[in-house]
Amino acid sequence: MRQMSFGEAIEDVLAQSMAEDPRIIILGEDVRLMRRNLYVRFGGARVRDTPISEAAFVGAALAAAMAGLRPIVEVMLVDFIGVAMDALLNHAAKLEAFSGGTWRAPLVIRTACGGGYGDGGQHEQCLWGWLAHIPGLAVVVPSTPADAGGLMLSALQHGGPVIYLEHKLLSGEWLEFLGAGGRKTVRFDVPQEGARGPVPRSWSPVPFGRAAVRRPGGDLTIVSLAVGVHRSLEAAAVLQDRGISTEVLDLRTVWPVDKQRACEAANKTSHLLVVDEDYEAFGLSGELAATLLEAGIQAKYARVCTQDTIPYSRQEEDRTLPNVDRIVDAALRLLG
Amino acid sequence: MEPDLWALYRWMFRSRLFEETVHGLWDEGLISGEMHLGTGEEAIDAGVVAQLKEGDAMALDHRGTPALLMRGVDPRRLLAEFLGRPDGLCSGMGGHMHLFSQEHLAASSGIVGASGPAAAGFALAAQYLRPLGVAVAFFGEGAANQGMLLEAMNLAVAWQLPALFVCKDNQWSITTPSASVTGGELTERARAFGMPAAEVEGSDVEAVWWAAQEAIERARRGGGPTFLRARCLHLDGHFLGDRMLRAARHPLKEMAPLLGPLLRSIARREGGPWRARVKSLGTLLARPSQVRQAESASGRDPVAQARRKLLADRVRLLALEDEVEWEIQQVVCDVLAA
Repeated sequence: MRQMSFGEAIEDVLAQSMAEDPRIIILGEDVRLMRRNLYVRFGGARVRDTPISEAAFVGAALAAAMAGLRPIVEVMLVDFIGVAMDALLNHAAKLEAFSGGTWRAPLVIRTACGGGYGDGGQHEQCLWGWLAHIPGLAVVVPSTPADAGGLMLSALQHGGPVIYLEHKLLSGEWLEFLGAGGRKTVRFDVPQEGARGPVPRSWSPVPFGRAAVRRPGGDLTIVSLAVGVHRSLEAAAVLQDRGISTEVLDLRTVWPVDKQRACEAANKTSHLLVVDEDYEAFGLSGELAATLLEAGIQAKYARVCTQDTIPYSRQEEDRTLPNVDRIVDAALRLLG
Repeated sequence: MEPDLWALYRWMFRSRLFEETVHGLWDEGLISGEMHLGTGEEAIDAGVVAQLKEGDAMALDHRGTPALLMRGVDPRRLLAEFLGRPDGLCSGMGGHMHLFSQEHLAASSGIVGASGPAAAGFALAAQYLRPLGVAVAFFGEGAANQGMLLEAMNLAVAWQLPALFVCKDNQWSITTPSASVTGGELTERARAFGMPAAEVEGSDVEAVWWAAQEAIERARRGGGPTFLRARCLHLDGHFLGDRMLRAARHPLKEMAPLLGPLLRSIARREGGPWRARVKSLGTLLARPSQVRQAESASGRDPVAQARRKLLADRVRLLALEDEVEWEIQQVVCDVLAA
């Protein structure tokens, strides 16, 4: 086992994959600075800076993938994906279906997401439920360095369009770039096990659609992903002190979502709490409730999500995003 | 009408002092997120905002503080917003990238290029509701590669909208040199849409004033939109804490932690051809010095430049500066004490 930060794990997999496959290129805004280690090793032809033209370079990356390249296109923050949405919604997501299943585009869209560092509601969204709503897009959201690497490897091998989301509280490089800016005067509530941890000596793909049990328990099941997993683990420790045994399930991918394990876990405890930093309405948390209903599982259900536009104010932001207090309160109410 | 350099200098100096205060509070950790200052752009904001009248609209980017101050937004409410307080301009909900004042018809966006469509829409509303009203879009040259901005410029010409597209050209698209990702010539590009396009030295507030006056008067008379490109400096980088600027100012301290991984990576066996690797390293390491060169062109600080012209009347100048310093001190005291 080696220890790596979240970003180092991704970079390690990218370096290995780029060395093995010359079709892999990286393009996006500022990537020569942000991915400087790959830039100096693989050269400017493999790591290309783009203009601030998301609609053009995401659409172009898709077509380049259709024509034989394996691009990793970086949309700096997932909030900016709105500008490029047509390329994803109407083109990347549709290609395989429209071509009768004969043409797939191996495209990875890498983008940072999530809040907790005071950047305001146009730079801190998650949007994974919104993206996974569209048939044809795989959406992955790792919560640990080991999964960050393993899911990137799967994304590169997937063959179709994959949106790879990295939460900024887990990614030291992004948090430094956007949040700290060299300051020692600001602190962020970074989940340490998510930001740095053990990774396998040699990488193997983490399959899409397979959730991981992060903590076993018998009274309550929490299903979450990304930073929410770590907040849920903290909440589980608090609940343990009250004699409540909590299972924490990390979905790892939003599409495909591991319905089977979510159902099994809910069935086991009969109490399901979904912790989702994405918006509450019409999203992942509701999808999981529908999944239980469709499977005929009798369980009490609650959710802790982001309900409104994320406020700029740090205090208001902390109240708006799922936090340990909200998770504990919701769990206690659910267990009644 | 002629530019009133004293009034323009007061605006610019006041904005600079306010943003220097913001810089200090950001350093102390009291302001969060990506704080984009408009230091270096003050002459562009002042020269353009001086032309605006009641009912005119402003579409701002992520660097909107100077324009809002000059338009008359209360500095106390701006500062309180930056601190994320309920008494802020937007109740602490928007923050420094998302500033709105309905009273001033001023709206910001952190999405690059979004000020283009916003100005087109403000100008469209003016055609119906505010005869002689105009709308201004402020954006950078990096945004000039964003489709929505180019589409808005076309729309403005097609509908002969009373709009002014102000391109604050600081030569950097975030931390990428704009020239490396831009085809053709921006002023020519604007002209190709069929609108007048002018270039002006953006550190010279009087030059900006004259250029903006001509464009805005034309728009008020129904003559349609204009593109105004004003070159300027990014005195505080893309945002506070900009790694490139830190590397330019403190190369040893800032570059040292990056060099180890860079050198380890470049030396790996599999990878690009060696010539390409060396070229990449050279390009990367040259970026901070590009920033440094730009910085050393200190004659282009718009505030200092205007000040030099007013130095002949030193007594009046110092009195003005004392007055503004006092006001900003009061603003900070009031806001921090509240």
